[in-house]
Amino acid sequence: MDFRLTKQQEMMQKLCREFAVNEIEPIAAEIDEQERYPIETVEKLRKYGLMGIQFPKELGGSGGDTICYSIAIEEASKFCGTTGCILSSHATLGAWPIFKYGTPEQKEKWLRPLIDGHKTGAFGLTEPNAGTDSAAQQTVAVKQEDGTWLINGSKVFITGGGVADTYVIFAMTDKSKGNHGISAFIVDKDDPGFKIGKIEHKMGIRGSQTSELIFEDMKLPADRLLGKENGGFKIAMTTLDGGRIGIASQALGLAQGALDKAVQYMKERVQFGRSLDKFQGLQWMVADMATKIDAARLLVRRAAFNKDHDLPYTKEAAMAKLFAAEVAMDVTTKCVQIYGGYGYIREYPMERMMRDAKITEIYEGTSQVQRMVIAREVLKK
Amino acid sequence: MKVIVCVKQVPDTSGKVAVNPDGTLNRASMATIINPDDKNAVEAALTLKDNTGCEVVVVTMGPPPAEGMLRELLAMGADRGVLVSAREFGGSDTFATSQILAAAIKKIGLEADDLVLCGRQAIDGDTAQVGSQIAEKLNIPQISYAADIKKDGAKVTVKRMLEDGYMTIETQTPCLLTCIKELNEPRYMSVGGIFDCYNKPVDVYDYNTLKDDPLIELDTIGLKGSPTNIFKSFTPPQKGQGRMLEGADKNTCAELAAELLKKHII
Repeated sequence: MDFRLTKQQEMMQKLCREFAVNEIEPIAAEIDEQERYPIETVEKLRKYGLMGIQFPKELGGSGGDTICYSIAIEEASKFCGTTGCILSSHATLGAWPIFKYGTPEQKEKWLRPLIDGHKTGAFGLTEPNAGTDSAAQQTVAVKQEDGTWLINGSKVFITGGGVADTYVIFAMTDKSKGNHGISAFIVDKDDPGFKIGKIEHKMGIRGSQTSELIFEDMKLPADRLLGKENGGFKIAMTTLDGGRIGIASQALGLAQGALDKAVQYMKERVQFGRSLDKFQGLQWMVADMATKIDAARLLVRRAAFNKDHDLPYTKEAAMAKLFAAEVAMDVTTKCVQIYGGYGYIREYPMERMMRDAKITEIYEGTSQVQRMVIAREVLKK
Repeated sequence: MKVIVCVKQVPDTSGKVAVNPDGTLNRASMATIINPDDKNAVEAALTLKDNTGCEVVVVTMGPPPAEGMLRELLAMGADRGVLVSAREFGGSDTFATSQILAAAIKKIGLEADDLVLCGRQAIDGDTAQVGSQIAEKLNIPQISYAADIKKDGAKVTVKRMLEDGYMTIETQTPCLLTCIKELNEPRYMSVGGIFDCYNKPVDVYDYNTLKDDPLIELDTIGLKGSPTNIFKSFTPPQKGQGRMLEGADKNTCAELAAELLKKHII
């Protein structure tokens, strides 16, 4: 047992801290206000290898591990939940399923540009009637005589929708088989029949574009099938296991970033002739928040460690995501309180962090789904 | 062609300062950063590498933990590091430091096409002397305060900043330039670089490595070989209460100017 980061993980943390302070924090409020996708940040992330942290160098990645990837999302999210979301959804949802299930040809053509950062990826699973019940897919893929696929349907709430280049999407290939009749496909933004629908206006992570995807007689060549025919549900579930480590890291960063700012504010703000950090009621709030954040961090790091060491991580990732998200919501709400009236004003970052935190309890599986997953794993013994 | 960059690890000015009984800084017990001007020198070297494919060698003199800083520079893109570290080198002033660094540069090998880059000054000692003294001891030309560097074969053209303007100077390689922050915007480490940096070589030069160089004598290095000594170091007294000057007339302005003049602010 060793709780220390390796030298290289420490260097990653240092790189990501410097990058976050210099490149991410200065525009965090602006991209939220304008609901603007920070394309300039994405280009800088690419330049330093931050879009493909946990993928091997042979495929254009940076050769890091899941802990490094988690650290990067945590550090970015301390200042900007949007950037944390972009890092997470691109690497784990867009790129990872192709890395895990793609053929060598698919990896060369679709994965390499994603992990060297020249293209960005997204993941299309959720439908209007298939959210938590993701097996209730209504998008249909029909195999044609020449082996190609004809796809009709739509997806909603897709992170990166309309800005991503490459999408991994899911469709029913055999409705009679339910869960076991879903297949995964790789879609290019220029594929005929592929359209971007409604762009959502969200409460938080407003710089991260979220849209509807529409498939109208979208014809895909045979080599766009990812993994086995009817093997898509497993791809979706294993992808989400890893994605949850990313969202847990985002939640962790939001909580830590809010606490850091609140601690600084408590030392400056004076009431009744002394700074706020001298009031026991607030000191105890800080102690509780710091303890919960540390507990969340240890859960996140363990899930990432397990993934890196080929140990089971479904339950661990669900626990990390559940706990970190609830800590983020709790801590950011309390930090708005510590800021008092100023916390409710948009000139200060607290209200944005509180708005950003809420989504971590919902996307990539709600807190209720995480409890389902955890309970299933605990009770199956 | 290669570029040798001299880099210093300096105390993080936001951390606590620790001083040894002899008045020198206790570097091992303080949080450290890469000296900011030196980072500009490294960036200049890496830009030359991007454009010409030259080798970039980073050199530092300091205690063994300074290797961590060299690894960070390798993660930014430098090719190899040299850590000059020995008890005999401790307590050096600028004269002794430049003796040792000049000897280290000779050991690395300075060829006709090469450049040596330093930062203008380090934020701890603030002397801005080491770069110039290294150039003297290597007997090569030097240009300080470089805000732009162009290298064309053996010819180097430098924009040298002055307080009220700049001069453009041309010289021959090998030469030494000291760099200022206006020169460039240092890059970050890259993620790929971080995972490669422990595979790149870092050589340690100790006293035995350098002792055969004529510059290295026990009376030219370390605390004993330093012509200057720090006799006393102290924290400057805190500024007292501010003083308000009443009035908006000429006399008040004159009084204000006299006060600022007295405190050497203007």
